[in-house]
Amino acid sequence: MEIRVQREDFVASEEALALTRSRADVGAVVTFVGLCRDEGGKLAALEIEHYPGMAEAEIALVVEEARQRWPLLGLRVIHRYGRLAPGDQIVMVATASSHRGAAFAAAEFLMDYMKTRAPFWKRARGVDGAVQGWVEAKDADDASAARWRAP
Amino acid sequence: MKAVYFAWVRERIGKAEEEIDPPAEVVTVADLIGWLSRRDEGYAHAFENPRTIRAALDRAHVKPDAALAGAREVAFFPPMTGG
Repeated sequence: MEIRVQREDFVASEEALALTRSRADVGAVVTFVGLCRDEGGKLAALEIEHYPGMAEAEIALVVEEARQRWPLLGLRVIHRYGRLAPGDQIVMVATASSHRGAAFAAAEFLMDYMKTRAPFWKRARGVDGAVQGWVEAKDADDASAARWRAP
Repeated sequence: MKAVYFAWVRERIGKAEEEIDPPAEVVTVADLIGWLSRRDEGYAHAFENPRTIRAALDRAHVKPDAALAGAREVAFFPPMTGG
């Protein structure tokens, strides 16, 4: 169960491979990668700020909840910070389980919860060099996280 | 205690962190927001809409009615937009 908050890029396929190396009980690995969009050519860069220490701690809480909900055999979460250009990778979640259902569900849960709980903030920079400002939190993200709560 | 600010809260206040020493009548996170807001226009601007402010005590999310008692670090920031 590895959590990394880093400036550097990552290779998702290598991270996923690490979950199955030298073991034969994994039947499913799901890898999700979130990337920086160009927003129709208008975005030059995203600047991602984070709260060091709390970012790792909050992701760890979300990971712990995922482990309690699903029988996971391995898990990796990487979230980058700093200046990212369109096409750059921002975040990665990889989950391993005996069966695909748990791996798919846990990966989606981790992303939904991380978006609303982990202390990261995005600022958009426009192609003309102008600051477009801080990205606002979306109600849709809260709704995505809320659907995992028991009714 | 140490106060840390992020994103547009940091920009409006004009600093990333500072030592603060609130008086005894400042008991909760909401009290602290009120006390800081009276310092100057920057703080007032940062905290003008409490609905858009999130807080953490010692790096754990808290509600506005949480007691500051014993916390070493308080953080204020907008709703998160990671992922």
